[in-house]
Amino acid sequence: MKLMRLQRPNLWNWNNTPQLSHLRDEISRLFEEPFGLLERQADFFNGWSPNLDLYEDKENLVARVELPGLKKEEIEVWLEAGALHVSGERKFEQKDDQAATHRLERFYGRFHRTVALPKPVDAEKIKAAYEDGVLTVTLPKTEEAKPRQIAVTGN
Amino acid sequence: MTNSVTKPENGTVETAQAEQKSYLTPRVNIHEQKDGYVLHAEMPGVAKESIEILLDDDELTIIGHRKTAEVPGTALYRESTARDYRRVFALDPVIDTARIVAKIDQGLLTLELPKAEKVKPRKITVN
Repeated sequence: MKLMRLQRPNLWNWNNTPQLSHLRDEISRLFEEPFGLLERQADFFNGWSPNLDLYEDKENLVARVELPGLKKEEIEVWLEAGALHVSGERKFEQKDDQAATHRLERFYGRFHRTVALPKPVDAEKIKAAYEDGVLTVTLPKTEEAKPRQIAVTGN
Repeated sequence: MTNSVTKPENGTVETAQAEQKSYLTPRVNIHEQKDGYVLHAEMPGVAKESIEILLDDDELTIIGHRKTAEVPGTALYRESTARDYRRVFALDPVIDTARIVAKIDQGLLTLELPKAEKVKPRKITVN
């Protein structure tokens, strides 16, 4: 009876195969930074550890953390014992209980990242901005920590 | 990789084939509701203007170019990569591709993929 044919044939095949593409990303990273994977191995298998970068220019140390889809109020940034801390929480919200889930790859729950700062910074002048899902913390170095040009005298 | 949802990176998009670039696979959540699908993809560092969404028959490609590819100074420690994001999906044929809506907020791309009217469940009353 035609009317009773399978109603939803070939529904989207969002199957839950292992996340091979993410494993591949981690392997590419291994070639880019030989020790990167080892350092991050625990995080890779256990939970949410947003990517953190630390940069330095003449005036500042700049930390960047990839935090897609949060609100700025949900992010906490503080300085403690010469280290920068970034933490927060992404809550899991099920909006519609009739919804079927086909893929769930995003991380939920708390995260807390810490990075030791290699130079002293001026705690009063630290700025943090959250844009396009990336938190950028600008930490101005103290005067003593900035490179200073010294003129060479001679005859 | 025999995953019918996520096609291999060297898929059918011509621009990507020409460049042979290596991309990062964004993490996605996909939920289905009665009237459509909702797809969330994480693309931190991508601004609204830098997103490409391509539709080719039943194939949907999302590409995100990073604004943060330029770095502020010398990297002392780095976990992020400069690679752009790309992922290809095979779409359910019931999706009305003309009504797909996309938006991005703080690096989170949201795609609403409504089902065509005729396939929505309907209640038929018995006389």
